[in-house]
Amino acid sequence: MLEVLHSLLFSTLDAAPALVFAALGAMLSERAGVVSVGVEGMMRTGAFCAAVAALAMPTPTAVLVGMAAGAGIAAVHGYLSIRWRSDQVVSGMALNLVAMAGGTFLLESLYGPNGTPAITQLPRWDLPGLSAVPLLGALSGHAAPTYLALTLPFVFHLLLTRTPLGLRLRAVGDKPHAVATLGLSVSRLRWGAVLGGGLMAGLGGAVLSTAVLDRFEQHTPAGLGFMALAAMVFGRWTPLGAFAAALFFAFGNALRIGLASSAPWLLDLVPQGFLLALPYLLTLLVLALQGQRGHAPAALGTPYEQESR
Amino acid sequence: MSLEDASLDILPGELLAVVGENGAGKSSLMNVLYGLYQPDAGTFLMDGKPVRLKSPRDAIARGIGMVHQHFMLVPTLTVAENVVLGREPTRRGLLDLNRACAEVAATAKRFGFQLDPRARVDTLTVGSQQKVEIVKALHRGAQVLILDEPTAVLTPQESDELAQVMRGLVAQGRTVVLISHKLKEVLGVADRVAVMRRGRTVAVVRAAETSVSALASLMVGEGSRGAALTGVPATSAPGVHDSQGEHAGTVTAGPIVLEAKDLRAKGDNGRPALQGVSLTVHAGEIVGIAGVDGNGQRELAEVLTGLRALEGGGGTLLGGPLAGLTPTLAKARGVGHVPEDRLARAVVKAMTVEENVALGRHRQPPFARGPWVDFKGRRERATQLLATYDVRPPDPTVALQALSGGNQQKVVVARELDAEPKLLVVVQPTRGLDIGAVAQVHARLREAKARGAGVVMVSLDLEEVLALSDRVYVLYEGRVTGHFPRKDLDERELGRRMLGAESDHG
Repeated sequence: MLEVLHSLLFSTLDAAPALVFAALGAMLSERAGVVSVGVEGMMRTGAFCAAVAALAMPTPTAVLVGMAAGAGIAAVHGYLSIRWRSDQVVSGMALNLVAMAGGTFLLESLYGPNGTPAITQLPRWDLPGLSAVPLLGALSGHAAPTYLALTLPFVFHLLLTRTPLGLRLRAVGDKPHAVATLGLSVSRLRWGAVLGGGLMAGLGGAVLSTAVLDRFEQHTPAGLGFMALAAMVFGRWTPLGAFAAALFFAFGNALRIGLASSAPWLLDLVPQGFLLALPYLLTLLVLALQGQRGHAPAALGTPYEQESR
Repeated sequence: MSLEDASLDILPGELLAVVGENGAGKSSLMNVLYGLYQPDAGTFLMDGKPVRLKSPRDAIARGIGMVHQHFMLVPTLTVAENVVLGREPTRRGLLDLNRACAEVAATAKRFGFQLDPRARVDTLTVGSQQKVEIVKALHRGAQVLILDEPTAVLTPQESDELAQVMRGLVAQGRTVVLISHKLKEVLGVADRVAVMRRGRTVAVVRAAETSVSALASLMVGEGSRGAALTGVPATSAPGVHDSQGEHAGTVTAGPIVLEAKDLRAKGDNGRPALQGVSLTVHAGEIVGIAGVDGNGQRELAEVLTGLRALEGGGGTLLGGPLAGLTPTLAKARGVGHVPEDRLARAVVKAMTVEENVALGRHRQPPFARGPWVDFKGRRERATQLLATYDVRPPDPTVALQALSGGNQQKVVVARELDAEPKLLVVVQPTRGLDIGAVAQVHARLREAKARGAGVVMVSLDLEEVLALSDRVYVLYEGRVTGHFPRKDLDERELGRRMLGAESDHG
């Protein structure tokens, strides 16, 4: 029993970082009032660029390249939605489609349909004192992103609730006109949030190809970006809430893998496809139960125009 | 935009009022002074030196503060957070909320405001929110304070208090610029009055040396349109008067068209918005619903038109039950609706005027013949309505969005009244309209009443309620705190009830 729990916990912590980073990134952007349906595409871009970069340079540096790539494609979203005030959902979906098709095209033309060649994964760290402790031992043996994912939400929480920048970000997502009349720049704040969100989503994607897998695969991130959005909504647009929700979804994912391997007889009863769909079904269920979007920033999705009130 | 060669001198330590009709350019001029809009041409001198204000930041740095007509507060933040936003006190890089609260409390105290710095702004009354706005400007060291239509949403008591605040600031040597269209109020408080018309300043007069009627004729310009002001629109039907003193005759209460008992409903935020409202409306009377914004008026109108479900209570509306009412059902029974936000709820702005006129009755003659649109009939009816209601331009084929706000509203009123409703629910029917259009809309409401419709009029403008209503209910926090027949109408008493004061009678 303890062993099952241990392995569930371990694979939860292995799967969580990508979701946590992407959810934090989306939250950052949305708290400033810019819809972030493009995280899926940003993750994919980050995952692809990190994998390709890792073929030529040390993997940790490649992760940074993935982050930059995420921010780069987020900049397109920022340019369209902040500079040109286009519909943010459309712009984000366009981003997803471009990343989807572009990733497939580049992958197939450069490396073939089976993904990039294998790369060196990020090193896993054994925490000497911890690995022997029952259950807590599941904390040991992960790559750096896992430990980052366990701390970053608290940093974001501090940033958002306790710093002047956080106050301004919250204000610009709720009432941009108030921010503008105080002489602050709405677009600068939103640009910052969108680019920061892109960095985080890129990191989430990069983690997928450098820590979870050892290459960029055809379908990466396979809807994880949307799951991150769901985690953000479920977490009521707060860093700690999104963190908890991401952990929950990662747990659902681990449960699926765990069930399939520890109870193979289950596959006779339930079709494999159902197990595969489990995390997504959980996501749907959670969103349906939570219902209304009463916690969203008030100005979310509304382009800022000075002369409109 | 709406400024053409406007000039204005502001003297230190004075209280200058800027008056003009909607669209005369008052707000635009002030937004230029505050650095929000950039002028295409012209100069701005401060203490004799030319200054360029590229953004509100520059204006704030030069001691100019502005309280906007629509509050610029972040509702989810506290008073202190709103005030310090953009110049936050920090300790070791982190926001120092304790110091922020202390600073804000000190500023508020210095100017005699009662404010809890830790209260969330969306829990405050409108009057208190306005104080937060003023404190926000003063906290930034404003020497010149611009107030844009500050009393539009206040009760008479709150307006009095604001007038004292303004005089107090001037007494301390600060300069106050007050934008308003309430002439009586302006004359009571200002030193000088600047009048704007169509983007120009047409006159600057000393408040002591002018009168309401003199200002009014300056505002609309002499001649042709002067008639609108004195209250008799050029097109109004004979026998219908619009002046405030001369209210149309005795009330002959007709049969009951609406009897609502103990209405309960939730607001958009899920909190109870109506908590047991009972009211009666007879055919042939205008029933005013007064109250400070956000006390359940909007929800009441939505319940009566079937747009919002009841949580409890009921009654009868035009012979059927009020519970379970849907918009279709309401329309079928003869409810007309002029909603508050016409662009969201009454019209489709990209469609033509005639299409908008047909909306809702597009299946009936003269707008349809069988399953087909009757283009000829629709055109005829629309043309005729545009003429009757003095919509300009009287062209049924232009897109509705090409019309000014006042003319759009006339189209809505025309459509709703043309359906000959038995109960008409109107919300803020004249918000944002110029004086001429206001008079016309008022005249139409009186016509509807004369024709025998029951009219429920929700308005935040107390003057409008007083001018039109045969009876008035006052709503406060989703309850009726006052019910006055016309003969007992008293502005002060209404104001008291709007702030929640109950009384033993009524």
